[in-house]
Amino acid sequence: MLAYALKRTGLAVIITAVALIMLISMIQIIPGDPAAVLLGPLASPTMRAHFRVEMGLDQPVVIQIARFFGRVVTGDLGTDVLTNRPVLTTVAEQLPFTLALIAMGIVWSAALGVPMGCYAAIHRGSLIDRLAGLLSVSVIAVPSFVIAIYSLLIFSVALGWFPTIGAGENGHLGDQLYHLVLPSLAVGLGWVGYLARIVRASMLEVLGENHIRMARAFGLSEATITYKYALKIAIIPTVVVLGIGIGNMISGAVFAEIVFARPGVGKLIYDSVVTRNYPVVMGAVVVTTGFYVLCTLAADLTAAWLDPRVRQNL
Amino acid sequence: MGALGLALVLAVVFGALFADVLSHYNPIKLAVRDRFLPPGFEHLLGTDQLGRDLFARVLHGGRIALWVALVSTSMGLAGGLVLGMAAGYGPRWLDSLLILLLDALRSFPTVMLALALVTLVGPSLGAVVLVVVLAILPSYARVVRAQTLSLKSAEFVLSARALGAPVTRVLGFHILPNIIGPLLILVSMDIPVVITIEAGMSFLGLGVRPPTPSWGSILNDGFAFIRESPWPAIAGGLPIIVATLGFTFLGETLRDEFDPKLRREP
Repeated sequence: MLAYALKRTGLAVIITAVALIMLISMIQIIPGDPAAVLLGPLASPTMRAHFRVEMGLDQPVVIQIARFFGRVVTGDLGTDVLTNRPVLTTVAEQLPFTLALIAMGIVWSAALGVPMGCYAAIHRGSLIDRLAGLLSVSVIAVPSFVIAIYSLLIFSVALGWFPTIGAGENGHLGDQLYHLVLPSLAVGLGWVGYLARIVRASMLEVLGENHIRMARAFGLSEATITYKYALKIAIIPTVVVLGIGIGNMISGAVFAEIVFARPGVGKLIYDSVVTRNYPVVMGAVVVTTGFYVLCTLAADLTAAWLDPRVRQNL
Repeated sequence: MGALGLALVLAVVFGALFADVLSHYNPIKLAVRDRFLPPGFEHLLGTDQLGRDLFARVLHGGRIALWVALVSTSMGLAGGLVLGMAAGYGPRWLDSLLILLLDALRSFPTVMLALALVTLVGPSLGAVVLVVVLAILPSYARVVRAQTLSLKSAEFVLSARALGAPVTRVLGFHILPNIIGPLLILVSMDIPVVITIEAGMSFLGLGVRPPTPSWGSILNDGFAFIRESPWPAIAGGLPIIVATLGFTFLGETLRDEFDPKLRREP
């Protein structure tokens, strides 16, 4: 296990490094002058030249990459153009909101998806199973921002059941949770479909196994068999998949934060793109990508720990 | 489910192709006096904040969505084929290098990739196509690579090589026809993802520039004026739902029909 963990972690570090190199090289590879795009059409040539020197864009790519890595390792992601604060501080302030949104999204998808998948597996072939299947496919297909806007329209604007904007009062947990309901539902609903399908498929597999039949022969109730024995094994694939799901939810979180006017990294990046705050955009992308790689790493390691067969796959 | 999917897809394609015939309204002509009209006989989906007919805008937006889907899917497919076959058939070091690059590309959440790219190139339809291609290329390349690897040691390939066939002939004539099947199913299941990325980017203002209608920008306008009237937002979301559901149902049915082994990884 340890050997696998070390190898997998090393791979994650290398992949992150390559990803960051790609991010920096994008500036050079993409045709056009980044200084012109970032400063806008009203900038004079002197301003553009000064900007290039300040951002280090006039150096050869290799030097830029080396400098960037040197700074990232010490935690320096650059300086925010608008507020002159370190980018890391700006991002770190907004990160908890996004993490809360994603965490709640996972809670929703587990709370709704797992029971749905279990029920569909137990009542296989029934009308409910088919409806659940259709529903699962539908929520996977429809984009999260469409779900977000429609739920805003129906539950906030029309019915007034939930607040439309903001994250709630600081320090008031109940209010913050109340503001979290709709956005996290929008973020997590797509994943409900995935989890339902995966749980259903792996439950069907487990329920056909010998030890389950033994348990039934011994007279254990269906409920005990399903929830105490079968589910524990069936849940393993969902953990693996969750790592990738978080990547999806990060994208969903960007839209949810914009639609519901919540603070968070997504809104931060979006505002920075609009104001051409290049250091913040790059810094936030670095942080979120690093977070995503970390999540997939954690998911893979958990899967390898739970199921030793996975360790052969590296 | 498949029949429903096919019906929805045909509706979208039909609507996009015959947009000019189905609605006589100009999608970008202003008529500010008629703003925020609810749906009725005159305007099937109502009007937006500048009085433009929403049904016409939706139909024309379909053209953009389908065009992006077509162009970026073909480019992604071509790129995936080239890289996948190179990785599968070529030397080990090339395989390791390509896998590393593709995994690094996959480690970006799609929206982050879109935001970072658009910061550098500015918003445009070309930016959307670029983002979509970068987002879907790794999965195609992986499938092509896996299939190429498994076919590399097949008897008919080995005998072709023994007879002196050049690499291009082996790849193009022997391997390619055998891997194209599962790949096309994968492609058809990816179309909803492509439509989502295009709509999402246009919603964020990173895609087509106004006044060109795109489903995402119609939705964004609707969102901005959601308190004045719900209809623009509803009109923007509706085609996205119809298209994504339609293509997904169709893709799922195709996959179940032709290759039940190809369980999609999320």
